[in-house]
Amino acid sequence: MNTAGKLLLMASAVLLFLAVVGVILFVAGRFSGRRSDRRVAFLYLAPALALLAVGLVYPAARTIYQSFFDAAGETFIGVDNYRTIFTSSDQLTVLRNTVLWVLVTPFVATGVGLLYAILVDKARLESFAKALIFLPMSISFVGASIIWKFIYEYRPDQAGVKQIGLLNQVIVWAHGTPQQWLVSPPWNTLFLILVMIWIQAGFAMTVLSAAIKAIPDDVVEAARLDGVTALGMFRFVTLPSIRPAVVVVLTTIGIGTLKVFDIVRTMTGGQFDTSVVANEFYSQSFRSGNEGLGAALAVLLFVLVVPIVVYNVRQLRAAEAR
Amino acid sequence: MTVTSTPLSTTPPIDPVRQAPASAKKKLTSSWASLAAVLLAVLWTLPTFGLGISSLRPERAIKTTGWWTFFSDPTVTLDNYRAVLSAEGSEGLGSFFVNSFVITIPSVIIPLCLASLAAYAFAWINFPGRNVLFVGVFALQIVPIQVTLIPLLTLYVKMGIAGSFWTIWLSHSIFALPLAIFLLHNFMKEIPAGLLEAARMDGAGHVQIFFRVLLPLLTPALAAFGIFQFLWVWNDLLVALTFAGGGNAVAPITVALANLTGTRGTAWHLLSAGAFVSIIVPVTVFLLLQRYFVRGLLAGGLKG
Repeated sequence: MNTAGKLLLMASAVLLFLAVVGVILFVAGRFSGRRSDRRVAFLYLAPALALLAVGLVYPAARTIYQSFFDAAGETFIGVDNYRTIFTSSDQLTVLRNTVLWVLVTPFVATGVGLLYAILVDKARLESFAKALIFLPMSISFVGASIIWKFIYEYRPDQAGVKQIGLLNQVIVWAHGTPQQWLVSPPWNTLFLILVMIWIQAGFAMTVLSAAIKAIPDDVVEAARLDGVTALGMFRFVTLPSIRPAVVVVLTTIGIGTLKVFDIVRTMTGGQFDTSVVANEFYSQSFRSGNEGLGAALAVLLFVLVVPIVVYNVRQLRAAEAR
Repeated sequence: MTVTSTPLSTTPPIDPVRQAPASAKKKLTSSWASLAAVLLAVLWTLPTFGLGISSLRPERAIKTTGWWTFFSDPTVTLDNYRAVLSAEGSEGLGSFFVNSFVITIPSVIIPLCLASLAAYAFAWINFPGRNVLFVGVFALQIVPIQVTLIPLLTLYVKMGIAGSFWTIWLSHSIFALPLAIFLLHNFMKEIPAGLLEAARMDGAGHVQIFFRVLLPLLTPALAAFGIFQFLWVWNDLLVALTFAGGGNAVAPITVALANLTGTRGTAWHLLSAGAFVSIIVPVTVFLLLQRYFVRGLLAGGLKG
């Protein structure tokens, strides 16, 4: 299909859905009488609920069912797929990496974001300074991975060969030996995590900066008159006031990190013991053709996300109630 | 964790008279604070800056020297961009960019239309089972998309639309609906009931109320969600990889770039220019509509 054809297809798809909405509104406008409300509600909800039922509820149930079957999806094997996840050494590495990602990323990203939010608060050029940190947030994970490939790239340490990765060049300038950052576990996972931190710190900074600005001025002023030091101000005034926001940021980044896939796939493809659950799900399902194990990994992801989301929603409510 | 040993400064003194005794110390801490802030800002900007410089250097130079040598030996070329943007050449990424647009625009409009209707029903029409249904839709935000991919793919194959744009549009729309309905519902609920009541008194039906009263007030919510969804779809890799395959028929730019990184003897010149072009679109959207963007981002943190 050429470009014009694609654009035409796109326009007709949009028009088709607008027409559907138009028909629904037209029919709804004709209803009148005492029981019309129910019919209107049904009409308005039907397309969305139908899509959700077919595209989200059914597939999720199907995947859970499939996770109790073998690679071909034919023979029932009970919880063997789950046993594999928790016993085979390859899968244990995947779990270890995922734990590392979820423990390190939210805390470091939030720490950096909070520090920066405090540093630039009410400073000159504040919004410009914030935009600099926030920009990575709008870049795709694939784009970010490519950016960081230019940092981690390694060239053999020989005469006449120059490093093209910034990190190794810095090492060379410091008279060190260049390293293959993405090859030796478990450090390579930390270097991948750094990319995620780079992306997420801006999110943390934005949310926490808004929370800091919401602290009432008289509280800050009273503390200052009491002669509280800068560090004391942070410990006794800022931190307690923004606690709910910090929790929301931590959990939100945690959820995103749990599902991280693009970075691992783009930078190492899960090689060198860097795979995580979301990447392993993809490899098992679409590369190795082990549908059962893939399904079990997806379900595991689901199960891991639920408690964090529940906690996050509760904290969000608490934060809003203030 | 990182540089926490740096003294944390609070507000710079606003009232010079009252702050006078502490001003010397304040100045010291605040100059350390500025230094730390500048250091962080540079660290965060440098990687993207390096990519931008790289994308302007000749292919040979990119592969043999680092981008920082550009400053001692500046040679600028637009060849990489030319190669990346051409839709015809064998290595061109032009058609993938077109695909990205073709994928993204309906994937934003379709869920917005369907979700506005559903949100209106949930917010302003009384019907039995409303609360249970709404909580159900809200809870669906939890479902990771990984759980749905394989059964969805099987469904698409059965329907005979596998490998077409429809699979990607439908998937993105479905995944967006719970969040979109939830967001728009919350926003609609905040509109004073008196406004709707007045319209109803004037004899307006649901359709008129929706268009005349609600839609104009909904613009910020629609914008917040629209931008969030635009960036989410534009930057997505997983959904596109699953449903579009790697060919240039329907695959977006993210898939093309991800595949390029996987090949041996990495095509650094295409990667740098390609990544830079793919970044420019969301960054522009972000810079123009920052206000809505942050709001949407905050609301959409659970998605995916």
